[in-house]
Amino acid sequence: MMNALVEVLREFYMAPFRGAVARAKRQEDDLFMLLVCSEMVGIPNPASYYTFELQPLLYEDFHEWHKRMGMDHSPLEWLSCC
Amino acid sequence: MNAIVLMLIGFVAFTLGYFFYSRFLANKIFKLDPEFVTPAHEFEDGVDYVPTRPIVLWGHHFAAVAGAAPIVGPAIAVIWGWLPAFLWVTVGTVFFAGVHDYGALWASVRNKGQSVGSMTADIVGERARNIFMIVIFLLLLMVNSVFAIIIAGEHIAVPSSVIPTWVVIVVAMAIGYLVYKKGMSLLWVTIIGVTVLYGAIWVGSVYPLSLPETVFGLGAPAQWVIILFTYAGIASVLPVWLLLQPRDYINGIQLFIGLAILYTAVVIANPTIVAPAFNPNVPDGTPPLVPLLFVTIACGAISGFHGLVASGTTSKQLDKEPHSRQVGYLGSVGEGTLAIAAIIACTAGFASLEEWEGRYTSFTAGGLDVFVQGGAHILETAMSLSPDVGETLLAVMAILFAATTMDAGVRLQRYIIQEIGNNNNIPILTGRTVSTLVAVGACLLLAFGAGGAEPGSGGLIIWPLFGTSNQLLAGLTLMVISVFLIKLGRPAKVTMIPLTFLMVMALISLVIQLGTFWEQQNYLLIGLDLVVLGASILVALEAIRALREAKREAARGV
Repeated sequence: MMNALVEVLREFYMAPFRGAVARAKRQEDDLFMLLVCSEMVGIPNPASYYTFELQPLLYEDFHEWHKRMGMDHSPLEWLSCC
Repeated sequence: MNAIVLMLIGFVAFTLGYFFYSRFLANKIFKLDPEFVTPAHEFEDGVDYVPTRPIVLWGHHFAAVAGAAPIVGPAIAVIWGWLPAFLWVTVGTVFFAGVHDYGALWASVRNKGQSVGSMTADIVGERARNIFMIVIFLLLLMVNSVFAIIIAGEHIAVPSSVIPTWVVIVVAMAIGYLVYKKGMSLLWVTIIGVTVLYGAIWVGSVYPLSLPETVFGLGAPAQWVIILFTYAGIASVLPVWLLLQPRDYINGIQLFIGLAILYTAVVIANPTIVAPAFNPNVPDGTPPLVPLLFVTIACGAISGFHGLVASGTTSKQLDKEPHSRQVGYLGSVGEGTLAIAAIIACTAGFASLEEWEGRYTSFTAGGLDVFVQGGAHILETAMSLSPDVGETLLAVMAILFAATTMDAGVRLQRYIIQEIGNNNNIPILTGRTVSTLVAVGACLLLAFGAGGAEPGSGGLIIWPLFGTSNQLLAGLTLMVISVFLIKLGRPAKVTMIPLTFLMVMALISLVIQLGTFWEQQNYLLIGLDLVVLGASILVALEAIRALREAKREAARGV
């Protein structure tokens, strides 16, 4: 009973804004992605040294990003996910 | 006339409408098919397209369409007596709004979950879509300005509403933060949020707040309007999860609580309607009942805004096509229920006819304030709630409706301005800050210009103009549904009769209002009226052309 109520409230809270929140999240992810790969577009980024070890964790997201941006393959020579 | 009898007649009409008329529409006109694969299944992505249980979908469809308008419209319109307002709300809900909301939802589901705007381009043509964009922009401009002025007026009339109204913003942001950043259970967050909201209502009733009479030569209404638009501008650029989403949620919860409290109070208090059925002594300057009644009450009888919601988000979440009957038709019934509550509060919440007449001294004297006072009187009789607390409770309920609509309205207006910038290659308009400033500036201009000598106090002067734009939008949606029905070879009278009625009433209203604004020498409103009149004529001509073409195509068997 209580679980059902929580579920109804959750749906009532989330459903109207699912799309808007997902888009906002995607924008943040894109920004993060750009930050990680900024050196490749000529923007010096001191963080890249510290975030290098995170790259394997981002492969899936990176792949989804370049597909969404209309590029069939990775635009970066050193980062080929597919 | 006993208010409970009126309430029951309304409910019976809605029930009969749902069981008979909406079933007729389902079986004979829309021919709903339980096997049809809805966009929620066809394009299911867990984000926009998600099959949702009908009761939950109805809940947030209703919460999204319900606003301050079904309260303000009837509260003004009862000046002609309770019967015309009541008849238009019941007949409008059953035969106009029901068909419009339900039809928009059905048509969108049958067109891959497209919005009315996209469907207009696909089904009718590109020109109709451009008219649609103009009407939407006008509607947003007026809704933001009108609601800002109404909130300003209510903050001045009921100063106890100030603290709870602004505390809700903090509560909403706290909810957003706790849900998203701390992962707190929504049940506890809801309980705490609602408790703080109603606690703030009590605190507000003890500590009313008012702004100084003048600051830099600006009166209190103008000061509030500036504060409200400053807030709306900032709110429109904040992340959705932080403010808009939790604010809409808490507003939805208090909508259901508020309606339950009000109807329970009516049943317990059993008040008598003191207003006349037809008012023979309308104050000087009151416009004629026909056609102004039909644009004064838009939401609560038929509102184009509902078509945007039905086709924008609701259609993408409909699990099965037959659910459109429950969600769409009952969504408009919910709105009608709110309008009837407003009629009862404004006509039965006074001790005598003289007291009632004392409130309706001019066409623009009614509105939210009368609803708040009348409703508070009923709450006092039924629940011994102090008038201060009752007034604060109802004022906050109505203000929150208006404020959430404003939040979303300014944001949408910003999107439209950015789109105009993109389409016409004006880079400066595509930025977030500039587009927000343009949106807020346009609304401020109207809000200040409408009041004439008293900036920020002319909300109810432009109310019928706002209603007309809303009906125009409804007319466009009904046109799209009609053309779609004709192309499918189905009878379209159910949508064409309301469409014709709305267009005729809207056009006559605009001409009458033009005369009123001319007498007041209010050139801003004359200009606005002419723009809306131009848009109305375009809509009417486009509707005639599109329907004729659709009939020709159907006859040729294309």
